[in-house]
Amino acid sequence: MPANRFNGFTDYGIGIGLRAPHYHHILTRKPVCDWFEIISENFMIDGGRPLKVLDSILDQYKVVQHGVSMYFGSAEKPNREHLRRLKELVKRTKTPWVSDHLCWGSIDGRYTHDLLPMPYTFEAARLTAQKVREVRDFLEVPVAVENVSSYAEFHVSEMNEWEFLNEVVERADCGILLDVNNIYVSSQNHSFDPFTYVNSVRAERVAQIHIAGHSKYRKYILDTHDHPVIDPVWKLYQRAIQRVGHTATLLEWDDSIPSFQEVHNEALKANRFLSSTLLATAV
Amino acid sequence: MKLLQLQRTMARAVMQPLTPSERMQRKAPDGKSMREYAGRFIKPNDRLTSFERLEIYNRQYWLRLFSSMIEDFPGLRSVLGGRRFDAMCNAYLVDCPSRSFTLRNLGSRLESWLGKHPEWAGSKQALALDIVRLEWAEIEAFDGKAEPALRPEDLNTLDPSSLRLELQPHIRLLSLHYPVDDLLLEVRKDDSDTDFASNTFQERRKRKRVQAVAKLKPADIFLAVHRFDDSVYFRRIEPEEFAILSALRKGKPLNKAIETALRNTSMPLEERPAAVQGWFKNWAALGWFCKPDKKAAVS
Repeated sequence: MPANRFNGFTDYGIGIGLRAPHYHHILTRKPVCDWFEIISENFMIDGGRPLKVLDSILDQYKVVQHGVSMYFGSAEKPNREHLRRLKELVKRTKTPWVSDHLCWGSIDGRYTHDLLPMPYTFEAARLTAQKVREVRDFLEVPVAVENVSSYAEFHVSEMNEWEFLNEVVERADCGILLDVNNIYVSSQNHSFDPFTYVNSVRAERVAQIHIAGHSKYRKYILDTHDHPVIDPVWKLYQRAIQRVGHTATLLEWDDSIPSFQEVHNEALKANRFLSSTLLATAV
Repeated sequence: MKLLQLQRTMARAVMQPLTPSERMQRKAPDGKSMREYAGRFIKPNDRLTSFERLEIYNRQYWLRLFSSMIEDFPGLRSVLGGRRFDAMCNAYLVDCPSRSFTLRNLGSRLESWLGKHPEWAGSKQALALDIVRLEWAEIEAFDGKAEPALRPEDLNTLDPSSLRLELQPHIRLLSLHYPVDDLLLEVRKDDSDTDFASNTFQERRKRKRVQAVAKLKPADIFLAVHRFDDSVYFRRIEPEEFAILSALRKGKPLNKAIETALRNTSMPLEERPAAVQGWFKNWAALGWFCKPDKKAAVS
C-alpha cells in the first residue's frame, strides 16, 4: 500500500540494519526479512568482500541506504568525492530513498565522525535545506533526514527541535526518517515531552521510522544501539504509527550485536503496532 | 553567533585532546577557561553544566578515533605498547585530523607522519614504519579495485616485444627490513583462538610472543599484499619478483621489466628462464594481472 511520496510509494514492512556479524547467516540461511538498511559509507569502496556480500544481498532482498557522514547541517559545501561515490552506490542498490542525519560533523574539511547537534536557528534551517536539495538533485533519489539524539543545546537556538525539523523539511521539500528512540533520548536529556515531538512532526513527510535501544547513565542517556527497545520507545512508536500510518520500520543494533534471529525478533515486535494500525484503517 | 562560527568554536573544543584520565581539558583552545568557553555557546541544564555537555562530545570524538586506530593498527600497538600507542595516536590525530568522510582513511597519513616523528618509536623506528606499511597495505588490499583478470587467450593478439601488463589495483608491493608479516600473524593469533585460557593469560602469552618476534634481527623481505577469494594475504616474494612486479606497475614493457629486474641478480643464468616462467605462472594463477586495455597494452 502506498504510504507517501517520500518513501517511494512502497510499503516496505520491517527491516533490520545489515551488519557484518550477520553476513554468514543471511547468505547461507536466507532468512525471511522484509528489507535491510545498509550504512552507505561501508560500501562506498572500490571492491572486495563488502561489495560482493552486498551484491548477493541485493539479489534476494530489498535494500535501503542510510548515511552517517553527509552532514547536511555543516556550514560547508558537500564533499564532491563523497557525493560521487554515494551516487555510484545508489545506482548499484537502486535504493528507493536515501537517508542521513539532521546534524553537522565536519568543518573546514575536517571530520569529527560524530553526529553533532544543530543550533535551531533560521539561518541553519535555510543552509541545511539548501544542502539537502543539492544532494537530492545530484543523487536523483528522494532524501529523508533523520532526527539525532543530542546531549547539548545552544544559546542561539530560536525554536525547538521539532520546529527546526519541520522548518528544514518544508524548505527542502524532503522526507523525514523519524527515529523514535532518538526522540526519547533527547527528551530525557533536554526535559521535554517526547509525545509533543511525535505529535508535531509533519506526518505526511515521514518516509521511514527507526527504533533502537540506548544506555542510561546517571545524568544523561546515550544513544548506543546496543540494547533491546524499551517500552517507552515502543509507546512512542505506537503513537508515531497512529499518526503516519503503515511506514517502513527499521531496528538499529550496532554494538554488542546478538544473533540475527534475536535482532530480527526484536524488530518484528513492531508488527503489534503496525497490524493494529491496519485494523483501525480497515474498520 | 552564526552557524559557521558556532561550528568552528565547537569543533575546536571537541577535537582538543583529552586529559590522561580521558576527561575534557580545563583549558580551552583559546587558552582561557573551558568552563567559560563552553558556557559561551552551550546551555546548561538541571543536571549538567555546559562544560559537562560539551565533554560528552569531546570524549566521544576521541574514543571513536582511538578505537578505529586500534582496530586498524594492532601490529603497531604491539610494537609500541598500549600506552605509547595511545599517546602517539593522540599526537598523530592532532597533526592529521580526518579529512575523509570515512574512518577507513584515518590512518592514510600515518606512515609519512611517523617517518617525521621518530621520537614515538625510538630504536624501533624502522620496525614501526614497516608494520605501519604492512597494516595500511592490508586496508588498501581489502577493498581496493579488482579488474577482470587476464586470461591466456587475451595475450594471443598482443605483440610480446612491447607488451605491458597491468597489475591488479588492489595489490601492494612492499620492500621491508623486518619480517613484520610474522609479527602481524602473531598479534592476530590469539584473537582467533578459542581455548579456555583466561584473557590475562592470553594477553601475557601474546605479549611474550610478539616481543620475541619484535626482537628478531632485521631481515630484508619482499611482500605482495593481495586479495584472493575476497581474503587478504601477504605473500613473500623473491627480490627479483619484487623488481619485475614493481617495474610492471610503473608501466614498463614486459621485456624491459624482466631485463631490468634480472640485471643485478645472483641467480645463475641457466636457472633464470625457468624461474621467470614459474613466477608468471603463479602470478597468473592468483589473478594478479588485469585484462589489458588494447590501446594501453601495446605502445
